[in-house]
Amino acid sequence: MILLWLILVPLIGGLLSLPAGRRRDNAPRWLALAALAGETALLLAVFADTVPESTWLAQIDWAWIPRFGIRIHLALDGLSLLLIALTVFLGFVAVLCSWTEIRERPGFFHFNLLWTLAGVIGVFLALDLFLFFFFWEVMLIPMYLLIGIWGHENRAYAAMKFFIFTQVSGLLMLIAILALVFLHYQTTRTLSFDYFELLEADLYPGAARWIMLGFFVAFTVKLPAVPFHTWLPDAHTQAPTGGSVLLAGVLLKTGAYGLLRFVIPLFPGAAQDFAPFAMTLGAVSILYAAKLAFAQTDLKRLIAYTSVSHMGFVLLGAFAGNAQALQGAVMTMLAHGVSAAALFMVAGALQERLHTRDMDAMGGLWTLTPRIGAITLFFSVAALGMPGLGNFVGEFLVLLGSFRVDTVLTAFAALGLILAPVYALYVMQRAFHGPASRHEVRDFGLREMGVMLCLVTATAWMGLHPQSMLAYTDAMMNGLTRTLAQRGT
Amino acid sequence: MLKLLCLVPFLPLTGFLILTCSEGRLPRAYVPWIGAGSVGLSAALATSLAFELMTLEPDTRVFRQTLWHWMAAGDFGVDFAFYLDALSLNMLLVVTGIGFLIHVYSAGYMADDPGMARFFAYMNLFVFAMLILVLADNLPLLYLGWEGVGLCSYLLIGFWYEKPENGYAARKAFVVTRVGDTAMALGLFLLFSQLGTLDIQEAMSRAGAQWPAGSTLATAAALLLLGGAVGKSAQLPLQVWLPDAMAGPTPISALIHAATMVTAGVYLIARTHALFTLAPEVQTLVAVIGAITLLISGFSALTQTDIKRVLAYSTISQIGYMFLALGVGAWSAAIFHLTTHAFFKALLFLGAGAVILSLHHEQDIFRMGGLRRSLPLVFWTFLAGLAALVGLPFTSGYYSKHEILLTAYGAGSAGSWLWAAGTAGAVLTGLYSTRLLLIAFFGPERTPAHRHYGSNIAAPLVVLAILSLAGGLAKLPLFPALPETGTDQAGGSPSLLTTAAPFLGVAIGYLVYRTGTASAEALLKLPGSEALRRLWFSGWGMDWLYDRLFVLPFVVLARLNEADAIDQPYRGIVALTRLGHRLLVPTQTGQLRRYAAGMLFGAVLILAVGVWA
Repeated sequence: MILLWLILVPLIGGLLSLPAGRRRDNAPRWLALAALAGETALLLAVFADTVPESTWLAQIDWAWIPRFGIRIHLALDGLSLLLIALTVFLGFVAVLCSWTEIRERPGFFHFNLLWTLAGVIGVFLALDLFLFFFFWEVMLIPMYLLIGIWGHENRAYAAMKFFIFTQVSGLLMLIAILALVFLHYQTTRTLSFDYFELLEADLYPGAARWIMLGFFVAFTVKLPAVPFHTWLPDAHTQAPTGGSVLLAGVLLKTGAYGLLRFVIPLFPGAAQDFAPFAMTLGAVSILYAAKLAFAQTDLKRLIAYTSVSHMGFVLLGAFAGNAQALQGAVMTMLAHGVSAAALFMVAGALQERLHTRDMDAMGGLWTLTPRIGAITLFFSVAALGMPGLGNFVGEFLVLLGSFRVDTVLTAFAALGLILAPVYALYVMQRAFHGPASRHEVRDFGLREMGVMLCLVTATAWMGLHPQSMLAYTDAMMNGLTRTLAQRGT
Repeated sequence: MLKLLCLVPFLPLTGFLILTCSEGRLPRAYVPWIGAGSVGLSAALATSLAFELMTLEPDTRVFRQTLWHWMAAGDFGVDFAFYLDALSLNMLLVVTGIGFLIHVYSAGYMADDPGMARFFAYMNLFVFAMLILVLADNLPLLYLGWEGVGLCSYLLIGFWYEKPENGYAARKAFVVTRVGDTAMALGLFLLFSQLGTLDIQEAMSRAGAQWPAGSTLATAAALLLLGGAVGKSAQLPLQVWLPDAMAGPTPISALIHAATMVTAGVYLIARTHALFTLAPEVQTLVAVIGAITLLISGFSALTQTDIKRVLAYSTISQIGYMFLALGVGAWSAAIFHLTTHAFFKALLFLGAGAVILSLHHEQDIFRMGGLRRSLPLVFWTFLAGLAALVGLPFTSGYYSKHEILLTAYGAGSAGSWLWAAGTAGAVLTGLYSTRLLLIAFFGPERTPAHRHYGSNIAAPLVVLAILSLAGGLAKLPLFPALPETGTDQAGGSPSLLTTAAPFLGVAIGYLVYRTGTASAEALLKLPGSEALRRLWFSGWGMDWLYDRLFVLPFVVLARLNEADAIDQPYRGIVALTRLGHRLLVPTQTGQLRRYAAGMLFGAVLILAVGVWA
């Protein structure tokens, strides 16, 4: 039951914030916080009575459309638990950083925000493929509205681009799901969309390869990886800060989650054949996006490209397929979620204060806003892979694992470690160092510092004691490596 | 008592956290007390640990402390664990001891700087990271310290952030060392994939058991680690960042870019000496890199005009000696030279800082002169430092350098070449040291000096001067952490020549610069000598080369593709759709007869296709 409430609480909270927004501007904000507090309570209850070592921590399985074998099957394992925790955490961040930024129609804004969160949580919980697809769409539309209504100067274009990319890839996934279900039906004569049922599907290799590709493209568009990444810089640049936080912190992770939850377990053989290509895409993403990040002058666009670069590590790790690389991919997802959210918050705060995202118009801000400077420094350093912070653990484990699979490619991908400081430190230089260019800019206040300190603590915690998180996904990743070892041959 | 080991790094970390979290609101008077005090406490603790460890039997001088499990995945796992043996103890004492002196000095040097709290915060963070580096029980933890000191180096080089050129120097230092660090990271991956562990001691013993001497894997692993070492220790071909790193405040140059961080590469190779022994070719390469670096940077030091850049090239050159020592298997001599170098080079930088402060931030030696009279304390301590740097007999530098050169002489077929390079380097050292001394401290006073320092600057100078002169007697026995060096040190004429070389350099220097710069300028009139001077002055043009080879292509490529070529096809689809839209819009005229005609035409067409197809 608790799993259903995890999805229902934000849905209900979203519905309530619609009328609340008509009375007082701050009412939907408090309502959203209350809904998220409720989510936190639910999560704590889950954490309290689970042991990290077991695989499935909670499940519900109800009939929905029995005729087509569609069920409401929700299940929670360590991976979904960590990702839902990240989602709720960043939900707080998104609400708090929109506090003064969003002045128009706050009720509808928080409705969209909470519904996006509900969709994401549903994606992380659904183990029925139809239900999964349903939630995949649920998180898309409110996000489209967030960008399209509350975005910046070029929002219509960006929102449309985001929508079309995701929708086309979603269509591919739907076709792949249907093909998988029908092929399974042909051999077993039972129509089922259930994950565990389909895990047993016996596909001939040619079909498996094509269906796998359908899923793969859908998830790599979301991830995103080169060459499907071009919607991301536009969407990020135009989205309001809260939208960017969710987009970078959580929505991208659904793509990575899909790879780990569906592509590899459902098609281990095809995935293994495809691995060299996917890993190459990952390495290319790391380097190509890092180079593009360096070239940008728009701060949000730059951060968007660094996201693509970091997600390249996830792709590399997921398809390297051994325990180190897979755990590294998970750590990268979590750590990047936090650090990218923080950096987008900084970019949003700067835009709110300076009315520009152009770094050429910044410079010397450290003198005026030492807090923003120090926070940006911290997360730039995290993004460039400083040991002791979360991102390093992820990237290190990914490279350690993939080195065992493909030495040359890993050496190539490791060049990303050199490019990361090139762009990350350049941001510090252009925005914060140099002679002061302005007179007065408001520094972070108490609310913003509070949020930032939570993000800082989370990043340092992930870097110094990643074991407290890795323990939750250990069982699943070991299962995954076993699957690959057995069926991949 | 040994259990308190973890406090040694965590005390400076606490200092960093206090200084950071107080956001500069702490009264200024407290800042140096927290900054220097935390390092002072760890120095005191380290000293008492040293007494306890060194009273143990040599074979049991090892202490391991595991704090928590850091990360694990599959068959990989590392702990947050410290390892103390004679080697790490030596480093521990250097880092906390010299570190403390420099912190005290900084309290005077940075007294008027508005960013003093930030300065001490970064300094404390640096000491913490450096201590993690030397105490790490496994390579990932060592890497944590390794990157941490690199970060602090970046932060402190660019400390005066208003000047863009400082920021550039800081970024250059970070990125160039990152190139080496990435090689090192790959080395870690290789070691793990082959040996299945990254605990240093365990990995070394497994390497010895699995890999025969000279095997490809051992060679590759040693080469990759060497990549990290040359980056951090500013050796050929990654030495280009260190001279520019002088943009930072002078105490930083003393602490990070002379005494501690830049010698981390030497420590790394000594720590993993078992691996390098398995790869004799790489070990020879280490010696050759050291020999070439010490010579070319010696020549560069000869032409610099900025007092700190002279010392920077001198540092590169002295670390070259340490690499030479490592390459010929004189492990403990390398660490010995590392220690004495920390004494005298820290002293020289701090002395230079006192000069710079007294001359209102004048760094050009040709605008100094006559400081002997106006700053006597600085002069005498600086002289002590130079004596040790040159290696005059009975100073600390003499013992360590002498040991290196004589071991090199006895080392195989290449030995005499390496010895010759080192001895020539000693002549150069004498030469550039004398030049520096005569120009800056003798002759007429060119800029009036106002003695501008108190006891917190004078005291560290005196202590370091004593250490530079007498520190050669206090050599920590490093066996069994490092193997004993072979006793086949050369005697006789090589020994005599080695001792005489610095005197030769000093003599030449005296002859040329005795009467000011006139003779030097006369020398530059010789054909080709001006071109040579410019080559040496620019650090052999390597910045120029790297700019053309790496920086420029990358920047050009980035600028060319700023708008992301991969988006073009997608934009093409959009353009096509729009085109189709524009083409079809005129058909929507609202005239019924046109629509009827269209329908008729369409129906005929479909029928026609149906009939004939």
